[in-house]
Amino acid sequence: MLPVSMTVNGKAVTATVDPRTLLVQYLRDNLRLTGTHVGCDTSQCGACVVHVDGAARKSCTMFAWQAEGAKVTTIEGVANGEKLHPMQEAFREHHGLQCGYCTPGMIMSAIDMVNRKGNDLDDNTIRHELEGNLCRCTGYHNIVKAISAGARAMKG
Amino acid sequence: MSATGIGAAVRRKEDQRFITGKGHYTDDVSRPGQTFAYFVRSPHAHAKLHSIDVKAAAAMPGILAVLTGQDLAGDKIGNLICGWMIHSKDGSPMKMAPHPALAATKVCYVGDPVAVVIAETLAQAKDAAEKIAVDYEVLSAVTDPAKAKSAAQIHDVAPKNTIYEWHLGDSKATDAALAAAKHITRIDLTNNRLVPNAMEPRAALAEYDSGTDSLTLWNTSQNPHVARLVISAFVGMAPEHKLRVIAPDVGGGFGSKIFIYPEEVVCLWAARRVGRPVKWTSDRSEAFLADAHGRDHVTHAEMAFDGDGKITALKVKTIANLGGYMSTFSSSVPTYLYATLLSGQYAIPNIYCEVDAVYTNTVPVDAYRGAGRPEATFVVERLVEVGARELGLDPAELRKRNFIKSFPHQTPVIMAYDAGDYLASLKKAMELADVKGFGRRKRDAARHGKLRGLGYSTYIEACGIAPSQAVGSLGAGVGLWESAEVRVNPTGSVEVLTGCHQHGQGHETTFAQLVSERLGISIDQVSIVHGDTDKVQFGMGTYGSRSGAVGMSAIVKALDKVEAKAKKIAAHVMEAAEGDIEFRDGKFTVAGTDKSMAFGEVALAAYVGHKFPTQEIEPGLKEGAFYDPTNFTFPAGCHICEIEIDQETGETEVVSWTAVDDFGTLINPMIVEGQVHGGIAQGVGQAMIEQTVYDKDGQLLSGSYMDYAMPRAHNFPAFKVDTTETKCPSNPLGIKGCGEAGAIAAPAAVMNAITDALGTEKIEMPATSMAVWRALQTMNRNQVAAE
Amino acid sequence: MYAFKFERPTTVRQAVNLLAKNEEGKLLAGGHSLIPVMKLRLASPSVLIDLSKVEGLSGVEVTPRSVVIGAMTKHKDVANSKELQAVMPGLAAVPGSIGDPHVRQVGTIGGSLANNDPNADYPAATLGLGATIITSKRKIPADAYFKGMFETALEPDEIITKVSFPIAKKAAYQKFKHPASGFALVGVFVSKRGSEIRVAVTGAGANGVFRVPSFEEALKKRFSPKSLEGLTHTAAGLNSDIHASAEYRAHLIGVMARRAVAAANEKGGAED
Repeated sequence: MLPVSMTVNGKAVTATVDPRTLLVQYLRDNLRLTGTHVGCDTSQCGACVVHVDGAARKSCTMFAWQAEGAKVTTIEGVANGEKLHPMQEAFREHHGLQCGYCTPGMIMSAIDMVNRKGNDLDDNTIRHELEGNLCRCTGYHNIVKAISAGARAMKG
Repeated sequence: MSATGIGAAVRRKEDQRFITGKGHYTDDVSRPGQTFAYFVRSPHAHAKLHSIDVKAAAAMPGILAVLTGQDLAGDKIGNLICGWMIHSKDGSPMKMAPHPALAATKVCYVGDPVAVVIAETLAQAKDAAEKIAVDYEVLSAVTDPAKAKSAAQIHDVAPKNTIYEWHLGDSKATDAALAAAKHITRIDLTNNRLVPNAMEPRAALAEYDSGTDSLTLWNTSQNPHVARLVISAFVGMAPEHKLRVIAPDVGGGFGSKIFIYPEEVVCLWAARRVGRPVKWTSDRSEAFLADAHGRDHVTHAEMAFDGDGKITALKVKTIANLGGYMSTFSSSVPTYLYATLLSGQYAIPNIYCEVDAVYTNTVPVDAYRGAGRPEATFVVERLVEVGARELGLDPAELRKRNFIKSFPHQTPVIMAYDAGDYLASLKKAMELADVKGFGRRKRDAARHGKLRGLGYSTYIEACGIAPSQAVGSLGAGVGLWESAEVRVNPTGSVEVLTGCHQHGQGHETTFAQLVSERLGISIDQVSIVHGDTDKVQFGMGTYGSRSGAVGMSAIVKALDKVEAKAKKIAAHVMEAAEGDIEFRDGKFTVAGTDKSMAFGEVALAAYVGHKFPTQEIEPGLKEGAFYDPTNFTFPAGCHICEIEIDQETGETEVVSWTAVDDFGTLINPMIVEGQVHGGIAQGVGQAMIEQTVYDKDGQLLSGSYMDYAMPRAHNFPAFKVDTTETKCPSNPLGIKGCGEAGAIAAPAAVMNAITDALGTEKIEMPATSMAVWRALQTMNRNQVAAE
Repeated sequence: MYAFKFERPTTVRQAVNLLAKNEEGKLLAGGHSLIPVMKLRLASPSVLIDLSKVEGLSGVEVTPRSVVIGAMTKHKDVANSKELQAVMPGLAAVPGSIGDPHVRQVGTIGGSLANNDPNADYPAATLGLGATIITSKRKIPADAYFKGMFETALEPDEIITKVSFPIAKKAAYQKFKHPASGFALVGVFVSKRGSEIRVAVTGAGANGVFRVPSFEEALKKRFSPKSLEGLTHTAAGLNSDIHASAEYRAHLIGVMARRAVAAANEKGGAED
């Protein structure tokens, strides 16, 4: 067992964990932040995507101790209080979700996409940037629309 | 139309929790003192189970119990069942083999659970599982349904591994029509096996309360009441009133979460044995081995045409793989959900279909999005397209000549279509897809070295499952009505309890839209409650595109009763005759006067009970209803797909998709479109990339996302989706259902497009790059040989 | 996952010592190959030696004749390097095609080359450019480095520190993606540096990445896709699985090689 400290959604947290603990397990089981999901065990579905020091990471493929001292943001931390993040708003506005299971990972990936690629994203770029996120419900059509609109809205 | 009423593209009420990470799925639930279950699964597809040595495992740290099939039998826990009786041609009942939740004497597929470890932590359970020694005697296995009859017998009750040899239709008349045909189109098809892959893996959390001797199960179910019924009445776990099943937010189902699985039974049993809550959450790798798969048909079909290109007969022979055991509804899928749709959108006077269902050493096969209807559409729509090519007719023209044009229409395979306009959806789709411009696009593609093809699929499905008497006469063990309860609170807000279950469909919004429309209140004043057997009256759950047509119809009936009672109360309060009370836009008005009461005022009056005779009219405002449909509903439409093939690599791209569907009344067009999009993606996935491959020993070669290709965003273009409308006459809202259409229509459209581009019919699903390349190679060789 | 200990050395020397001390130890870079197999209990290192705190292992350095990439440089940083894109866009494109954006945030060139997955992309570029793998001990030419599936010339206590790629005037990578995993079903890297022509193939070989001498000979006469027309690669010794038979892979090697040459000519200036 070892102590791990990091900042999650702006709050300093410390816990003692088994070195095997994955970041996603730490978030879900220790911090009860269950918005981050696990949809596969081969690091492909992207349901577990969170931001670590500002970059999108698959939290199922890193250990909690690898985030020692890092700033972690989960889906629970992207809204500004009551005010939703523009990307969250865009997913609702454009019906970019159905069962909701892949949604947190999609939104976290979409925000990261905008951070890396800018606010004017064409559909082709969005579709290829979604390589690491699987959705079985939407056929992606409305996710692409949502990200395109959310990206523009993030311009502020 | 009000802003939140029927027909409005209302943004979903449930989204707030999903976009903020506040969804509440089964694995998000934790109970004090919970333990973890890990299943030991057979590594062999077919083996005798001689013994299991659990001693070393039981002594490992943190282990609370290691349980086997012998323990299960010792505790008299009953078998899982298939709830739909099918009889063979000779009148004999289907051969349902015992299906224990943990195998005790033999295993029938790779992944068949043989033991469970219950531990303080999941890691401890996994560590202990490695110490369990199982003595297997490996037997020869079969995975190919076409070879099942001649393979080693899997179950004592089923000689030749045959579950039933069923048929439907008039064999003699069909043969006579084939004999008299001007032209016969023959085709051999494989409807490829699929792994459902809802993004949320299955999970179960069971808790036993010794104080009340009752059990609670949280699970990933599309139909918690049916789960409770089966686990109580057949498995014998607990009396129905001592078992509560809660299916909270569920992350997609697509059929795979309808069924009653071994794991939830074992968790309940183990929770009682160890006296602590027991949680199991499937890994994705485990899901590939343990979730019921879909499709897996091998079919030969013949379609007869007369000299005018009219279809005169259809004869179909199908072998359906049901896997190692019969899953909950498996028997119905390749029979009454399949052969009854073989008339498609066409007036076909003679149809005969034979279906042999077989056991193989694969995970059970059951309903998956569309369930039987995609398989039927694939047969019919491939035949029609190939027939048109053979007859030298335009495929749209051939379809038009054969469309059913007057309703009701009785097909030769049970179904009586009630309403539709197939020409309208075909025409609209052809315009939207710019079929006229296809020749130009094909030439443009050729200039870039690409082969372009266009394929149609004019599908029909039977939804709104289902009239109870009808399905009862066909062998169903349950009725398929739906229930609803409308609870009006004193302040005028409303809770609707429904037996439907949402796992992506947006019922919390669409059902609220109905209430908003009828009661004239804001949808924010309406909550939809579902998925908990302690809260909701018995219900049948969500599958088969039934929630709108059946579930909402039940709500309509309950709302009718609410309105009737409220009118009585309003009449007393406003001192008017009941017959003079009109209800519109949320107001009860005395006809011809300016006297009126808002809905909320009547609700309060109902609960206060001061101003009406409570001996005659009971206080309160809460009504329940059960709605049993009088017919299936028949959504239908036309999908047009265009693809381009890279001739060098075989890589095939869907470049255009047009869907025009007739779903009857749309409650929320935004949600309907979303359902269509998702269905198309699953159908395209089936047609092009999703392949489930077992090797000859029964090992699943496509057992993870490293080998099972899941459709990704870049596999699709933007879809063009539109609708036409003929109302369904059999339910009060005119709804037909939209949940499965895309998955039903898409495979045939894709394969018709690919074969159009290739110029050969000799390619099976999934048409992977390699499969397309091989077809091209064969074409080229044949061409060279011809020259 | 089985239990393990972990260490976070800050220098290459410490890391090497830890490797030497722990026979069952494993280096952890991006983790996207190692952690999934640990989760599935298919790997059980006794000690994980996390390289993320070791200084000086990251960066892309462009010199007049070579590009030197630190072992811990992430795929995204190589793909996005303006300097690299300016001198050898064909190499920059390789990490840009690996996995998905999340993988590219963490995956490293050293991790990819040490793992030597037979379907990975970097081995094709490394062999296809005749790069030099620089380790804690020595310099290993690419031709001597790849030893088969998941096998390399690395010794148990040897750590890759950088990889030096000679700048080729013409270089390009063409990848036919595996429909499920996104790895290379077949990937071909071609380069032309003076008179030296290289054609390296990943994803296809049962023993991992390999060169295609017959293609290289043909391209020496003229570096044009036309030179490869009519040339076929044998299916013997190639992988065969549910996604691609050996014959299909052999065919794709030809197609991808021609396309790579065409791309190299397009991006790398006029045909010479």
